[in-house]
Amino acid sequence: MTNQLVIYPLLLQLFLSIFLMFAWRRISWQRVISIVGGFINIAVSIWLFAFIWNEGTHTVQAGNWAAPFGITFVADILSATLVLLTAISGLAVSVFSASSIVAARLKYGYFPIFHFLLLGLNGAFLTGDVFNLYVWFEIIIISSFVLITLGGEKAQLEGAVKYFTLNILASMIFLTAIAVLYGLTGSLNMADLSIKVAAIENRGLVEITGILFLIAFGIKAAVFPLYFWLPDSYHTPPSAVSAIFAGLLTKVGVYALIRFFTLIFVDNTFLQDTILVMAILTLISGGLGALVQNNLRKVFSYLIICHIGFMIIGLGLFTEMAIAGAIFYLIHDIVVKTNLFMVSGLIYRITGTNSIRSLGGLYAQYPMLSLLVAIPLFSLVGIPPLSGFWPKISLITAAFEGENWWVIGAILFASLITLVIIAKVWANVIWKEKLELPERLNFRYYEKLTNEGKMQLVAPIVFLSLVSLYIGFGAEHVQQLSSRVATELMDRQQYIEAVFKSSQTTKP
Amino acid sequence: MRTIILKTASSYLLPVLLIFSVFILLRGHYLPGGGFVGGLIASMAYVLHAFANGLSDTKNLLRFHPGFLMPIGLALAFVSGMAPLFLDLPFMTGLWYPGEIPVLGSIGSALFFDIGVYLVVVGVTLTIIFTIVDTI
Amino acid sequence: MEIVLAIMIGFLYAAGIYMILRRSLVKLILGIIILGNGANLLIFLLGRISKGRPPIIAGDLKVFAEAYADPIPQALILTAIVISFGLQSFAIILIKRVYKVVKTDDLDEMNAIDQDS
Repeated sequence: MTNQLVIYPLLLQLFLSIFLMFAWRRISWQRVISIVGGFINIAVSIWLFAFIWNEGTHTVQAGNWAAPFGITFVADILSATLVLLTAISGLAVSVFSASSIVAARLKYGYFPIFHFLLLGLNGAFLTGDVFNLYVWFEIIIISSFVLITLGGEKAQLEGAVKYFTLNILASMIFLTAIAVLYGLTGSLNMADLSIKVAAIENRGLVEITGILFLIAFGIKAAVFPLYFWLPDSYHTPPSAVSAIFAGLLTKVGVYALIRFFTLIFVDNTFLQDTILVMAILTLISGGLGALVQNNLRKVFSYLIICHIGFMIIGLGLFTEMAIAGAIFYLIHDIVVKTNLFMVSGLIYRITGTNSIRSLGGLYAQYPMLSLLVAIPLFSLVGIPPLSGFWPKISLITAAFEGENWWVIGAILFASLITLVIIAKVWANVIWKEKLELPERLNFRYYEKLTNEGKMQLVAPIVFLSLVSLYIGFGAEHVQQLSSRVATELMDRQQYIEAVFKSSQTTKP
Repeated sequence: MRTIILKTASSYLLPVLLIFSVFILLRGHYLPGGGFVGGLIASMAYVLHAFANGLSDTKNLLRFHPGFLMPIGLALAFVSGMAPLFLDLPFMTGLWYPGEIPVLGSIGSALFFDIGVYLVVVGVTLTIIFTIVDTI
Repeated sequence: MEIVLAIMIGFLYAAGIYMILRRSLVKLILGIIILGNGANLLIFLLGRISKGRPPIIAGDLKVFAEAYADPIPQALILTAIVISFGLQSFAIILIKRVYKVVKTDDLDEMNAIDQDS
């Protein structure tokens, strides 16, 4: 039963998406199936996480082919954590989309595609094979293309063109990198590559391959010179869609970077320095970009870029403490960014606009909701007991130990600028006097919704806020988790052994 | 494109191509062929018919929306991938029926997976092409 | 043979990137297709080319008698072709929709999202 546990999250999502396709025209069924499926998914992911936490890294050899030849699925603690976070954000977004996405869009298969996206995410986190990772990336981007264009408004299509082009370019570079890597080593299994790449004599070629992977994943993760597609496209689709994009899509890129540069391309100062410089510039440029924007969702989009820097900087410093900080930040960021975009969706439902200048008076109108909104906003800044604070301590301590003053400067600058931006958002959106906005016709305002509809908008925000409060106040547990992940990542031998240990395939 | 020659030929070619696609599907395990190629040939048959007789004729011929083949094919592939799990073997392990069956040869879960791929490919290709033709 | 393929791949990459950098949407799609073909050929080339030695074990043997062509690059290329087939057909439908809604295929004129909102 537990032998194959690693692929259960994948099978569940695939099953849900097939099941939802059969109910193509019955939207109310789809809502129920998707939400119930989300709950089951959380249960399965917790099961997987508990199993991996107690038993250590576990693998499944698909098709019963032994390790370097077949496709291996590997769940170490990092993968299991990310699968769990995917399940949490996935459930929140499927509840949120049940009422925030209009029926005309749901009719074109929103929910099946959404679960396909989750399937791709789970697959990317769990696979131990480079080419299989490419296939999962393609599944992710194909489903995200459909989600981003669903509805077909003008801005949406223009955003989709940019999103589409840059993501396909990233896939092509990824494919090129795989070709070069296969030419160098003749293997595609990550554990096998880890051994074989270390043995290659021509380090120049290894560096070039590393750079190709860095660019491919850099585009996906939206790091400094490669992020321009993100702020142009993330604010165009409905907010439920941008919530799942913001929470998880860029993080797949970050995950792939962490996996590749701790397992395959290690002990290379040139690559690490490149990553560090990119991270510093990401922190600065993302923060400055967010400062000048007026659209709420664009502000949050730039903040995504800015905060990707925190995770990449941990990878660039490459000490155990720094990586633990990066992992902690990754966990915190997935929850908070998903929540932020749902908050922006809620604000849009209440007021009918996302322009910061025309917003205002939320506190006077809905005091309790404003307090709720405060949790994700201030978690993002990292006001001490909340979740954004703890990983930054690890990162800064790690940078102190390495005497990287530029890194400390960039981290402090980005934190300060986030604080300024969030203060600006808070003052303008929540506290400012309410401005009279022209009433929009045919717009389903929040107050016109039924109680059930209101619940479906607010409940996921409450849920994710509770999760991020837990990350903040239960920081000890999360810190323990991320240190253990960091120890595992730094100890490559453990991963390699886990893959090859189970390579004696199961006999019937 | 609506010449009498193509129109006449396509009505004969459609069944021939469909049978040929099934042949390609079945020989796929040891020889070149398989679900993907077979599915493409089958959808080519319908595309050729649509070119010769117009899209509405082909849609009448099909009776159901080709997109409906996608979940059926996916479900078939999913079940044949899942089947080994019940014997506590890893996902997608090939299960084979001992002994040969006339005409088909040896039967295993891989064949059902291929049939699933075949159906998905037909569904996807026809949906894409019909959508493109519809919007012209 | 290798040198011809190498020049061909370089040419395809150059052409693909040049087309992607053009302003027209149609040329953008063509560029993506050409770039994808270049990447597939690159996998083919780097997987070592060997002529006339298919990776099939003769019926009366248990292992390979002599050196054989690596089947993995071909499997990879086939997968990549299938994926790019899906992506390209999506791209074609997308540009048709974009052209209908935005009424231009010039990428420079697509700036509705840059307006302050």
